[in-house]
Amino acid sequence: MKYIKFLLVGIFFGIVLTKSEAVSWYRIYEMFRFQSFHMYGIIGTAVLSGILFLQVSKKGHLKSIKGADIFVPKKDRGIIRYIVGGIIFGLGWALIGACPGPMYILLGTGVYSMLIVIAAAILGTFIYGVLKNKLPH
Amino acid sequence: MEYLLNPWPWYVSGPLIAIVMALLLYFGKTFGMSSNLRTMCTIIGGDKFSDFFKIKIKDYRWNLIVAFGAIIGGFIATQYLSNDSITDLNPATVTELKNMGFENSGASLVPNEMYNLEAITSTKGLLLLIIGGLLVGFGTRYAGGCTSGHAITGLSSLQKPSLIAVIGFFIGGLIMTNFILPLIF
Repeated sequence: MKYIKFLLVGIFFGIVLTKSEAVSWYRIYEMFRFQSFHMYGIIGTAVLSGILFLQVSKKGHLKSIKGADIFVPKKDRGIIRYIVGGIIFGLGWALIGACPGPMYILLGTGVYSMLIVIAAAILGTFIYGVLKNKLPH
Repeated sequence: MEYLLNPWPWYVSGPLIAIVMALLLYFGKTFGMSSNLRTMCTIIGGDKFSDFFKIKIKDYRWNLIVAFGAIIGGFIATQYLSNDSITDLNPATVTELKNMGFENSGASLVPNEMYNLEAITSTKGLLLLIIGGLLVGFGTRYAGGCTSGHAITGLSSLQKPSLIAVIGFFIGGLIMTNFILPLIF
């Protein structure tokens, strides 16, 4: 039963991203062609609301369900991994029109070919895991 | 009800995505949709090939549940919360895509030219989906996160590594959409 809240969050996430058209291949295309404000509006207002929430929770000491402080883990230091990994991710994102969240959501909307993409993404993650120690970070 | 069935405007959707992040933080977890790809590698035996996959599946089960919920959410949104409206794209985008061979842009969430049975049974179509998936899976783990982990969570918590990653996402996306897609189609 402790997992039901995660299921509900996932369902909510899936509905929001579908209804906002953030899972649309065309919306991603449009964004990277600077032909629409839609995606920039979504990401922009999400980040602004997120900043607001984290600042308020810090000031007001909003606690998590377990009584601990609301906490976002610090990302490791580095530049190469973020810029190179980011570019590789961006190339894939714009090609298939979906990042990891929307891959699952689109599967739910009936795009069954997304299973091929998900399988390839798992393989891509596997390749990273095997090569991790040989890559500059 | 009409408001619910029509596509939701960006100024409603953005804050709702922030709520997803806030809820997961409240539950003591971090919003990041790509981590479950690593968990799945562990499940299928990746820990035999790399220490990177030596993680306790139990600690990451919640993440798979969120992904499973997302699939259900996509189903509910299209089956019960939709009026089959067409995505209101920029007419310039539609014309441009038509010239590249994409018909009925916006009528579905993904182009038939890439995702229907005919496309995925052609060598080119199948390769495109596989290459795209490989790039996303490899890139997201190398960069340590995807749109949710870096662009939403990382930027919201004002982290420099996430800003660098998001700049990378955009460089890659701009190259693909503006220079490579026109060569493919």
